[in-house]
Amino acid sequence: MVPESLIEIEGLNFSYGQRPILKGIDMTMGQGKVIAIMGGSGSGKTTLLRLIGGAVRPTSGYVKVAGEVVHKLKRDELFRIRRKMSMLFQFGALFTDLSVFDNVAFQMREHTDLPESMIRDLVLMKLQAVGLRGAHELMPGQLSGGMARRVALARSIALDPLLIMYDEPFTGLDPISLTVVGSLIRRLTDALGMTSIVVTHDVQESLKIVDYVYFIADGVIAAHGTPDEVRRSVAPFVHQFVHGEEDGPVSFHYPARPYAQDLKLEGSFA
Amino acid sequence: MPKRIVAGIQSVGHRVIDSIWRLGYASRFFLLTLIKSGTSLRRFTLVIRELYFTGVQSLIIILVSGLFVGMVLGLQGFETLQRYGAESAVGTMVALSLLRELGPVVSALLFASRAGSAITAEIGLMKATEQLAAMEMMAVDPIARVVAPRFWAGVISMPLLAALFSAIGVYGGYLVAVILIGVDEGSFWSQMQNAVDFHYDVVNGIIKTCVFGIAVTAIAVFEGYDAAPTAEGVSGATTRTVVTSSLAILGLDFILTSFMFRGMG
Repeated sequence: MVPESLIEIEGLNFSYGQRPILKGIDMTMGQGKVIAIMGGSGSGKTTLLRLIGGAVRPTSGYVKVAGEVVHKLKRDELFRIRRKMSMLFQFGALFTDLSVFDNVAFQMREHTDLPESMIRDLVLMKLQAVGLRGAHELMPGQLSGGMARRVALARSIALDPLLIMYDEPFTGLDPISLTVVGSLIRRLTDALGMTSIVVTHDVQESLKIVDYVYFIADGVIAAHGTPDEVRRSVAPFVHQFVHGEEDGPVSFHYPARPYAQDLKLEGSFA
Repeated sequence: MPKRIVAGIQSVGHRVIDSIWRLGYASRFFLLTLIKSGTSLRRFTLVIRELYFTGVQSLIIILVSGLFVGMVLGLQGFETLQRYGAESAVGTMVALSLLRELGPVVSALLFASRAGSAITAEIGLMKATEQLAAMEMMAVDPIARVVAPRFWAGVISMPLLAALFSAIGVYGGYLVAVILIGVDEGSFWSQMQNAVDFHYDVVNGIIKTCVFGIAVTAIAVFEGYDAAPTAEGVSGATTRTVVTSSLAILGLDFILTSFMFRGMG
């Protein structure tokens, strides 16, 4: 039995050495939802995905996936739970030595004893879902950025996971590919009844497809809400982020000494 | 002044501790590779695929180099032996030099620069492009699926390549000494046959190539897996593979030779 909220995160802290990255994060993510996690570069979004996937251990707090505390699992238990989740990396991370077909078939061959004829049918079905059945013989090097992302998407739904995490799925895509990838995320989530977590900076595209948004800034949840709530929000950080304003709570300038002092101008005009 | 001395001693200490730590880390990685080799041995097609890349694709450079080394040995051997009127022993000299030393050592050096560097670059790039992380997330262990097949392919192909190197080298010596210079063919082969002992020369040579194969491939897979996931990291790791394996080959060669051939009259 899968509990209603697939992921529960409570009091999650994580630091690299002395440097805190995430500070007291609480989240719940329901089954069948698309959730966006937004925030500036270096705000700890990708780290959060790595914590959910069990790639790193929290300093304190916990992440529960399907009722199991991820960081308390042994390696084989972690691998068992990872078969229920999938991750789409920023640039697809397709295996460059395997063809499109073999990339999608990879997990089926590694984790199941399905006969090759059935694997072939399944792979072609997954590729059909992302519109690339005709490209199954190509090598990853022959694909455009958008196509590679779609193949990676087909690969990540290979074993019908409960959860897919997308790390910046829209980076570097042209407007058409961007819309295609965005609507695929929504359609596949609905069709397969899984949960999708999308880490992204792309506000406009993701607000179109998600059910709920979390904003992370300086390691804490700065704001959260449905896309409509986010659009209407007057909170300074959310407003700056959604409208892409240059200055606001997130300052344009990296912290520095006073300008005049750096240019050694102090006193010269006195 | 004392501060500087302390700092100097500290930095030496840091370096020593770092090196020992890295050695321990590499040994642990090597053990993990051996422990996780089950998948490679059960699904041997994974190893066969890598054998093609490390073994078959290294054939050209090994064969051409072997031929030239043998030819040079034939020329130099004839030149020196002629002074003592022993030019018919040129076959013996070529065969023994190749089987005991040049075959294993030169083919291992070539293997390190041709296949070792390619293994490191491939694994390093897989890491840099998050392919290894993706594999981990798919609940597939990259050491079992990526590292172990490449390791075993290297270990298997090295002795075979060295054997081909020596064989074609002997033929190169024959071409120069017999065909070109005109040493008597009968004495060339018969003296060689008399002088070369299967256990003492051939088996010891094979043992050397096996040890070199393990060393070179272990270094190559470790450097690739440990590479920083950037362009600089991968290029640095590739260089380290070639440099470290070359030194390891020459060092191990001395140690093995001193155990194998020390009583030789």
